[in-house]
Amino acid sequence: MKTFGKIYMGVVFALMYMPLLVMVFFSFNEANSTAKFTGFSLHWYEEMLRDSAAMDALKNTLILAVVSTIIATVLGTLAAVGIFGMRNKWFKTGVLSATNIPMMNPDIVAGVSLMLLFAFVGRLLGAVESLGFGTILIAHITFSLPYVVLNVLPKLMQTDPHLAEAAQDLGSTPVQAFFRVVLPSISSGVVSGALMAFTLSIDDFVISYYTSGSFTTLPLLIYTMTKKRVTPEMYAVCSCIFISVLVLLLVMNLSQIRQAKKSAQLPVK
Amino acid sequence: MTDAKIKGVRERKSRTRKKGVSLLLNFPYLIWLCLFVIIPMFIVAAYAFTTGDGTFTLENFKHLSVYKQNIIDSFIYALIATAVTLVLAYPFAYFMTKRSEATQRVMMMLVMLPMWMNLLILTYSIMNIIEANGIINNLLASLGLGKLQMINTPGAVIFGMVYNYFPYMVLPLYSVLSKIDPSLLEAAADLGSGAPSRFRRVILPLSMPGIVSGVTMVFVPSVSTFYISQKLGGTSVNMIGDIIESLVNRVSTRNLGAMLSLVLMVVILVCIMIMNRFSDEKGGIML
Repeated sequence: MKTFGKIYMGVVFALMYMPLLVMVFFSFNEANSTAKFTGFSLHWYEEMLRDSAAMDALKNTLILAVVSTIIATVLGTLAAVGIFGMRNKWFKTGVLSATNIPMMNPDIVAGVSLMLLFAFVGRLLGAVESLGFGTILIAHITFSLPYVVLNVLPKLMQTDPHLAEAAQDLGSTPVQAFFRVVLPSISSGVVSGALMAFTLSIDDFVISYYTSGSFTTLPLLIYTMTKKRVTPEMYAVCSCIFISVLVLLLVMNLSQIRQAKKSAQLPVK
Repeated sequence: MTDAKIKGVRERKSRTRKKGVSLLLNFPYLIWLCLFVIIPMFIVAAYAFTTGDGTFTLENFKHLSVYKQNIIDSFIYALIATAVTLVLAYPFAYFMTKRSEATQRVMMMLVMLPMWMNLLILTYSIMNIIEANGIINNLLASLGLGKLQMINTPGAVIFGMVYNYFPYMVLPLYSVLSKIDPSLLEAAADLGSGAPSRFRRVILPLSMPGIVSGVTMVFVPSVSTFYISQKLGGTSVNMIGDIIESLVNRVSTRNLGAMLSLVLMVVILVCIMIMNRFSDEKGGIML
């Protein structure tokens, strides 16, 4: 059973990483082909650095992800605190169901619905081009929000509600109580919500496709490129992303392990 | 005033204050939900029930019969892909929980890594591997063997779905399976239940919430995909996502696209509601 498990996991991992390895391998191809390897070269990495369209798309993707993550995290955290404090059960259930909609709706429906909204408002305002950075930003915030809310809410439920009251009894204002007592105890939820929002934003293609207008992100650039044949240059760009994610995850893991070791040494509180 | 009265007054005061604060905190979020979640859905419905110039009609829904086969195909492909993913991911997640904590952490990272990669480039890379002049066929040719027709088949599309959404099945399964208390299994064994019955009566019911959320997370994007079917299915596979995409892109057929989006949305929401009911009955916890 144990050896079977090992073999099974090995095979699945191998299959899982096959396309990724193909991607990294062919990014070093000498020829302009993603199927026939002729020789090793760094040609496509040089090309990538010289390609202003790819660099712009990368920059756009990062700007969009950072801005939408910040707004979604602030708005979502406040909303979670508000929802947690709600007394009216029906209203609370209603807001939670509405929160779930963007998570359950297929991406294509969410994208089409937002596009129709922006087209409608654009026509009302008489704008020539209704889509752009503003609309794609709204779209990204919208699909990120539920993940922030649903990551923060369980943390709020775990915290002792009397703590904030105690802080206020001891003379802090509600705002001070929030920043000094509530926020530290829900911070892990806020961070994981923000992380999810960031990942979703970088990765999103379908909703961006319908709401971006002329604003090009990396997934959109890849889409237009894959309509024809992709050069190994795109593989080079994605290999760079792959390596940076790998390093990021490794660093996160190491710091987690170190923290776990530290807390294991401390006496239990 | 008695102590009880004072307490009552204080409580009422803090309750009204809290209510005001919670509304204030929620206000931006509620506005956002209305503007960008609720209203767009009504706009989709409005487009679905009107003609291009805005008069009410049910004509759009008559076109459903044209797309009936595509809708059925989409659901069949997505169901097969979801079933295959579940069958592959369940033992995978189970074996994962049997490892040491450090190994589990590394494996978790390896499972999540492809989730950070762009779906488009991964799908394109799969296309490279299986296409007519792709890597597998080149290998076969160099071995002196004939070519295999793999791309542009429903099987390729299903493989693409399984590949791309596999991590989304593993994560929820792993999180429920790793929380199962081993002493429950020991107790079941002490009470005379064998391995198959322990699985059926203890492990499976306890992992139901993970199965439900994993199935949802794989089925919804699979049934509505248009990129995977375009790249791996070619012209042989035309899914509901492909049709919505081509209809919405042209202004003249936008109302038809909105009608199909509405149908897709309603069918999926009904499916999810039924599934959640199912997991509630089994004692799962859903939000």
